[in-house]
Amino acid sequence: MAEAARAGGHIIGFAATTRTDRWWVGPLLTVLGLGGFVVYATWAAFQGSHYYYGPYLSPFYSPLLFIDPNAPGAAPLGQAWFGTWPSWWPSFLPASPAFLILVFPGAFRATCYYYRKAYYRSFFGTPPGCAVGPLPRRRYRGETGLLIVQNLHRYALYFAIAFIFILYDDAFRAFFRDGQFGVGVGSVVLLINPTLLAGYTFGCHSWRHLVGGRLDCFSCDRSSALRHGIWKGVSILNVGHMQWAWASLFWVALSDVYVRLLSMGVLRDLSTWG
Amino acid sequence: MSERLFRIWRGTAAGGSFVEYRVDVDPGMVVLDVLHRIQARLANDLAIRWNCKAGKCGSCSMEINGRPRLACMTRMNQFGGAEMIAVQPMKTFPVVKDLVTDVSWNYEQNRRIPPFRPKPRPADGQYRMRQVDVDRVQEFRKCIECFLCQDVCHVLRDQSRKDAFVGPRLMIRLASLEMHPLDTEDRVPALREEFGSGLCNITRCCTEVCPEQIQITDNGIIPLKERVVDRYFDPLLGLVRKVFRRK
Ligand code: SF4
Ligand code: SF4
Ligand code: FES
Ligand code: FES
Repeated sequence: MAEAARAGGHIIGFAATTRTDRWWVGPLLTVLGLGGFVVYATWAAFQGSHYYYGPYLSPFYSPLLFIDPNAPGAAPLGQAWFGTWPSWWPSFLPASPAFLILVFPGAFRATCYYYRKAYYRSFFGTPPGCAVGPLPRRRYRGETGLLIVQNLHRYALYFAIAFIFILYDDAFRAFFRDGQFGVGVGSVVLLINPTLLAGYTFGCHSWRHLVGGRLDCFSCDRSSALRHGIWKGVSILNVGHMQWAWASLFWVALSDVYVRLLSMGVLRDLSTWG
Repeated sequence: MSERLFRIWRGTAAGGSFVEYRVDVDPGMVVLDVLHRIQARLANDLAIRWNCKAGKCGSCSMEINGRPRLACMTRMNQFGGAEMIAVQPMKTFPVVKDLVTDVSWNYEQNRRIPPFRPKPRPADGQYRMRQVDVDRVQEFRKCIECFLCQDVCHVLRDQSRKDAFVGPRLMIRLASLEMHPLDTEDRVPALREEFGSGLCNITRCCTEVCPEQIQITDNGIIPLKERVVDRYFDPLLGLVRKVFRRK
């Protein structure tokens, strides 16, 4: 690991440090958490089945653009925005509705300022910890080279805001089975999901900038005073952005697991529908 | 009173090594007190820079057990009883002697920043600002120029990109000017090109070490990066600006 020392006694090399605390715990947890999520989400998206039970729709599969009604645990055809699964869909790709939409939340999280920090540290080792040697590279370019795409984060944000409404709509439907109002564990799970997502999305740094942060004067006219108020609210969510990021990530996976297990008949949903 | 083992890097830019010192530590001492005791009793020629002993002058920056810190604000009782304490100069700046580094590079960067250019005065000759408009800037003015954030920033510390990035301390100085309600200078192009906002990968080490708890990344660098996005990476916003002829 440590290759050489230089003036000041600092050792050079990947993960080289004089730190004596357990700085690697954070990055390790991030690798496990993010890695686990990506593996599960990819697996779940490939299934194309068991994403629907009663009125519950897994958030990984929402919105449903096309549906293959023959897949086990598929949603009824009426739920699809554009009808039945297209025949031109290449056969080497899985016929899964999740495939068509996961790119949007995926891009949002991948370009999020918090997640960038998390994976730059834990996956890319630039740096793995503070005052800890980074992975050696020829010439560091930060976010000016390929990673310049991170600057498009606000566009991913616009889609993410639309998803909050879509997922609240799903949550609303989750309270009606066959047109009858009721409450099940699944309804609550699917209601918490967009709520956590909203806490995460509306604490976004780009959002904070757009709603008011870009102004230099908050008191110069009527609209800037209003925007200052919104900016202050967003700033409160922004302070806990990391916590919102993890809570909403965990919950969206949990929602999928829950609907999947119900649909597979492994779990039974407690509900007022009996 | 208890005896503690210190490992202090001694030397100059030409080279040096760690030297061990055993020294008595009294309750309530900070690392700087112990260094002074070592200087008085065991190593009269130990070089340390310090001034206020109150965390306000920003002189006593060094690395204690590998973490960039102010020696005068690092209490001894946070270290375990038998733990050896390693003390080094900051890595990012050239060593002058022992724990003293030459931080003049930071002042050179500061001189490159276009200065405050205020709006013309109103008719009565009085500038007026409201508190809500200067809150953001005041956070940045808490900076004591300890340069611990510059020391820990991997772009300067490990990636040898002092040629392309001015570092977090200067980014918040830029933020304090850019967000100032009276300022009229436009530093956005320079932020991207000369000061290297894109080199920062927002890994937040600067914020973690700042003894003034300035939210360098969240309140300074990220908002500046977003201003760069406004100007260069947001075609939609550019269109809106054209249509409505707004800034
Ligand atoms: S957040 Fe940016 S400026 Fe701060 S230490 Fe990391 S790379 Fe450097
Ligand atoms: S921003 Fe904080 S860490 Fe950086 S020089 Fe100022 S006080 Fe020190
Ligand atoms: S910064 Fe995290 S979602 Fe935008
Ligand atoms: S001596 Fe002034 S900050 Fe430590």
